[in-house]
Amino acid sequence: MKKIFQKNGNINLLLQGNEAIARGALEGDVSFCSGYPGNPSSEIIETLADAASHLPIYTEWSINEKVAVEAAAAASFAGLRSIVCMKQCGLNVASDFLVNLTLSGTKGGMVLVTCDDPSGISSTNEEDARVFADLADTPLLEPSTPQEALEMTKWAFDLSEKINNIVLLRSVSHLSHTRSVVRIGELPENEKKARFDTRNPFHTFPVIAKHNIRHEKLKTAETIFESSSWNPYQGPEEPELLIMACGSAWCYVLEAVEIAGLTGRIGILKLGTTWPLPKKIVRETLRKCDRILFAEEVDPFIETAIKAYAADLGEEAGGKTFMGKASGHIPSTGELNPSIFLNLFEILFGLDLINKTYREKVGEHLDGVIFPREFGFCPGCPHRGSYYAIKQALAWDNRDGFISGDIGCYTMGIWPTGFNQVKSVHAMGSGLGIASGYGKLAQFGFDQPVVTVCGDSTFYHAGLPGLINAKFNKSDILLLVLDNSATAMTGFQPHPGTGSTATGEDTEPVDLEALLRSLNIGVDVADPYETEASAQKIYALLQKKGPRVLIMKRKCALVQGKQGGFPYQMSVNHDVCLGESCGCGRYCTRIFRCPGLIWDKENMKATIDQVVCVGCGMCADICPRGAIEKTGKRN
Amino acid sequence: MQLNLIITGVGGQGNVLASQVLGHAAVHKGLFVTIGETFGLSQRGGPVLSHIRLSDTALPGPIIPPNAAHMVVGLEPLEPVRILQEFGNEDTVFIVNSRPIHPLNVIAGDAKYPDDRWLKNTLECFGKKLYWLDATELAISLGGAIMLNMIMLGALSEMDGFPISKSDIKDVIRTIFPESKLEMNHKALDLGSKLVQNA
Repeated sequence: MKKIFQKNGNINLLLQGNEAIARGALEGDVSFCSGYPGNPSSEIIETLADAASHLPIYTEWSINEKVAVEAAAAASFAGLRSIVCMKQCGLNVASDFLVNLTLSGTKGGMVLVTCDDPSGISSTNEEDARVFADLADTPLLEPSTPQEALEMTKWAFDLSEKINNIVLLRSVSHLSHTRSVVRIGELPENEKKARFDTRNPFHTFPVIAKHNIRHEKLKTAETIFESSSWNPYQGPEEPELLIMACGSAWCYVLEAVEIAGLTGRIGILKLGTTWPLPKKIVRETLRKCDRILFAEEVDPFIETAIKAYAADLGEEAGGKTFMGKASGHIPSTGELNPSIFLNLFEILFGLDLINKTYREKVGEHLDGVIFPREFGFCPGCPHRGSYYAIKQALAWDNRDGFISGDIGCYTMGIWPTGFNQVKSVHAMGSGLGIASGYGKLAQFGFDQPVVTVCGDSTFYHAGLPGLINAKFNKSDILLLVLDNSATAMTGFQPHPGTGSTATGEDTEPVDLEALLRSLNIGVDVADPYETEASAQKIYALLQKKGPRVLIMKRKCALVQGKQGGFPYQMSVNHDVCLGESCGCGRYCTRIFRCPGLIWDKENMKATIDQVVCVGCGMCADICPRGAIEKTGKRN
Repeated sequence: MQLNLIITGVGGQGNVLASQVLGHAAVHKGLFVTIGETFGLSQRGGPVLSHIRLSDTALPGPIIPPNAAHMVVGLEPLEPVRILQEFGNEDTVFIVNSRPIHPLNVIAGDAKYPDDRWLKNTLECFGKKLYWLDATELAISLGGAIMLNMIMLGALSEMDGFPISKSDIKDVIRTIFPESKLEMNHKALDLGSKLVQNA
């Protein structure tokens, strides 16, 4: 058994922020854990799924975030403690239930963890999910370090039970994906029995009364926050600058103040409980200084709330200068770092803190030489084949067709390895909804064919309603389900089509083909590796009307690799490859863009990088000269 | 003592595992350690960057302050150059594997990968010392490119002022690798340290 699951506490472990949240939930006596994968949140449920084989808890990957919160709410209604985890986009999906749940209230301690992704390092957006705390009247906790993530998660269950409502905990990428030394506590051993008390139903009626109760709960939370230890002030009694900071931003501020030698001149209020504001603490701290800087990631959440509160305080807080995202002192987008604060201190305190000479010299030397690494599909990725086939079919069709895209590895269809065929990407399942709209534009003269693509996991998550909408409204929609039997982008978590659960238990997989056929719409299956045959099928489907589905079925290359690999040994016959004089313009390396195909500079011909190539055989069909050859793999 | 180390490379080079091994070793030694990781689309060809921060007084934050890296391990030679302006300084020590991993835009001819000499000169010129190691070849001779990270850790453990020794690392990998893989990894560590002793 891993140390993170051991009963005894009082030892130091190296834990990732997400693992610390999971341990905090276990120490907080959690029974029911659910979530939907999405970076940077996935490791919390992965850890708790692992824990479920050693400890008496239940963990599931739910079909989407809304269902995940609903399932966890059932446990809470039955008196058990539950945790539900997602990334910022996931909370949008869950929000419809959340804003109603906070009216009905909860029973067993219930914690919702949102892991936001400042800079959108692994997201389609940069979003501050903290606004849902305001919207749904839920208390909000913002840890800064893995240690605090553990302790706050544990504490959040008690808070939730004190106010009988769900509590939000917000992490960010640089907390979730930060490892540090964490002192763990003991795991409780309580017998638990789930039971719904039928005398106390959970619903939102009467709405106004419940809304008032919700506000009262928030007030109680505020009082608890004010007497908690989560909002410490450090610094002089009369600082020249007061910084109010939360989350990872607090770490950057603390370090920048030390580096700048300003510990005697700057005061820092670390806000760990950010909604509702612990007003008493904020009020007392505001008295210390007239210059206030806000340090927080993504939106000016505490900034706006504290400025509004200062307005309520009237003259007492008059004459303050507030600096933050609104004033332009802190960038309004992107992840923060210590550098941003050091630069600001240079201006505010007239100091010289950054090694500008070095930076300028390096900058001049590197100018124009360094380029970003292009993201692309793995060698052997079936999506490359699917997009190649779609591109081919749309070219034959010749009506300026395009792809309505969705969320997953195949989002990279907006870039060259997907031949730039994807022209719109937004949220989970949106590709289908948008396509169902295009499919009704014919009466306005719209004559471009649209293909929509959706991965298997995304299809189960939020794709089905868009497709049924198309069926219901007789929309002309061609859906290609890119079925790679994996949730590949986020790390191969199981989903309803894979045949196993979060804890590795066998479960009967949903039969995607049968499910689609039940809608009584045209369903066909193709193999993305057979690009020519697939292109012909897609072309034929483009000529038809109404909702149509083609399942592009082929396991993720990484999965195939693990399950024994690919059948072929690839080579380029240099007697056949004409190189630069072919006229193809290096079609294989420039257009097909598989990392396994490289350009041999000595011979000026294409060649195979045998270290990178996995032997899927797809490229043998794309060379106009037929110079790429596949043979059976030698063992 | 405070030490800021960056390990940089591309997805699949074993960066995250290498940082974890150092992190566990640091915890065993009673040091404060924080490892900030950035690995967005790393499995799809993107860079992976670990900030490993060790201290004997207080827990450091997850991001190294500007131009404050003491040591940089490059599992691939272009990646340390990418972080040079933000984190490098005149005293930074670079331990770099010489073997490039060409991204798709280079393979396709849309971008030009800088040549060896320029990469070497750049790191020599903007730091205190460069160890330029043909570590991939060595890894392949040991049984696979995946051994690269252990070779680089072996080299790192020989650096002046680096608080984690080769035997500290061996103690950690004994707890996380299966018995059958231990000898190969120990060998990789030993070869890595020899590489820099000879350099």
